[in-house]
Amino acid sequence: MLEIRDLSAGYGHRHVLDQISLKASEGEVVGIIGPNGSGKTTLLKTITKVLEPISGTVLIDGMDVNEMQSTQIAKKVAVVSQVISINFEFTVEDIVLMGRTPYIKGSETVEDINIVTDAMEKTNTLFLKDRLITQLSGGELQRVIIARAFAQNPKILLLDEPTSHLDITNQIDIFNLVKHASRKGMVVVAVIHDLNLAAYYCDKICLLQDGKLISAGTPGQVLTPSNIERAFNITVEVIPNEITNSLYVIPVLEPLHDTLH
Amino acid sequence: MISNTAIGSTSISPDVTAKILVTEIFESILEITGKIFPSVAANVQANGYYPVEKTWTDSQEVIISDIRLPRVLLAALVGAALSTAGCAMQGLLKNPMADPYIIGMSSGAALGASIAFVLLLPVQLLSFVGAVITIFVVYNISKIGGKVPVDTLLLSGIAVGSLLAALTSLIIFISHSPHQIIFWLMGGLWTASWDKVKITSVMIIFGVLILYRFAWSLNVMLLGEEQAQYLGINIEQVKRYVLVLSALVTAAAVSVSGIIGFVGLIIPHIMRIIVGPDHRILFPASTLMGAVFLVLCDTFSRTIIDSVELPVGIVTAMFGAPFFIYLLRKRRQSLYA
Repeated sequence: MLEIRDLSAGYGHRHVLDQISLKASEGEVVGIIGPNGSGKTTLLKTITKVLEPISGTVLIDGMDVNEMQSTQIAKKVAVVSQVISINFEFTVEDIVLMGRTPYIKGSETVEDINIVTDAMEKTNTLFLKDRLITQLSGGELQRVIIARAFAQNPKILLLDEPTSHLDITNQIDIFNLVKHASRKGMVVVAVIHDLNLAAYYCDKICLLQDGKLISAGTPGQVLTPSNIERAFNITVEVIPNEITNSLYVIPVLEPLHDTLH
Repeated sequence: MISNTAIGSTSISPDVTAKILVTEIFESILEITGKIFPSVAANVQANGYYPVEKTWTDSQEVIISDIRLPRVLLAALVGAALSTAGCAMQGLLKNPMADPYIIGMSSGAALGASIAFVLLLPVQLLSFVGAVITIFVVYNISKIGGKVPVDTLLLSGIAVGSLLAALTSLIIFISHSPHQIIFWLMGGLWTASWDKVKITSVMIIFGVLILYRFAWSLNVMLLGEEQAQYLGINIEQVKRYVLVLSALVTAAAVSVSGIIGFVGLIIPHIMRIIVGPDHRILFPASTLMGAVFLVLCDTFSRTIIDSVELPVGIVTAMFGAPFFIYLLRKRRQSLYA
């Protein structure tokens, strides 16, 4: 269970997050949407105490993050960022083993290796085990990064635009993995740019604008034309998608005329 | 090791050298045993129970055990220290140009040594102090709100380094005997002695062994500082420890050998090409290779021209650079992030 109460944070004197409160429970996928610069990534940094909050609290299973050691936090919360490339020739297994960092004292145990193998199995990366991380495709790499997060045995999985650099097959692949983890009892909070992916995969959506939470609730409650216009400053139409049983957000654009030719 | 001790301007065959070394080791073991079990040691001495028969002259023994052996050991220690510290700095700064000297250490040591030469103070002490003060100053300049950004560290190191280098040049310019300073700057091991081996070995061996403990943290930090933080690594603490330890072993090395370039830059790169980026393997590999490389270069530098010693820094670069260029060409991929 992740609970955020009246959280404000920023860099220097600049406030990037203003009085944010939200809750995410086991089995729930919570999407964070909002325009660039609205504070989405800052929120994830503050949850993991990489950035100290100005005020407010973050509670993980009822424990205040500010009173936890960084290794303690890393045992509870894993973060998957958008990793485009790693330029050092580690093997895939080494990279996944790095997820055990908060647990390892001295050198890794048999248990660590078992957990790493298990994480690779779940993410369909076990066959890549001995490959060099520098030689993977974008989709494979992102799956390895998720395997690393699973190796942390986290209660909470935070994702920061994990798929915006991937093709559509890999996007779906990654989100299916994440959804599955959530169904198995993980708390998942994901920053997502693609509103349609968010509508399909999220149980709950939080819309941020200028560091403020302007709407939160089910996709149907949040993804309304007026909310989206307010946050993104564009006109959209939201129509129900009967095939996927979710919503479909389409920007309303003026037709392009031949004058462009 | 034995063959490098055997090679020198007075030729002593390797087997004689080996026998002398065995006897020396035996005698020192005997000495230590004597302190714990005096009766056993006395018994051995009384019966003349030595492992090898003495077939060498006393002067040969002096050359081997008091001149060449400490020199070879010192070369190994200095090479190991520079190479390990270089490896640590490259990992920490994620910069392929990093070497043990990159954040101004060598300039600090050089200034300390120059002052010592001019004022006739102990050179080893002042160069050590110069290097340590420099790293302390650079670290504190770079500190912003309890954090030390790596690029700020690098730039302030270069700035402080060039300031100190200018001061050193000034001292050389106004000094009456600039040769001493210039020779020191080129680096060499001709002043080796058992005393130097003793002082530096403690610092270097401990420093290097403690650095090994940060191997995993450095691996994780190669993926980026933010990622490392998400994995629970206290990156500022790792930076502080790795910097201080690298500074100490480098200062210890520089204070006895002057500024020997190249070893700390290229050996870690060569080993990274051969064994990969994992510091758990890379660290010991660099330590070992650094030691072997400097021993070989030093042997070469003191024997290649009769009765003249080349500064070893010249030799390290002359042999290392072409080999490194060969490795770079052989490898198709870019070397570093």
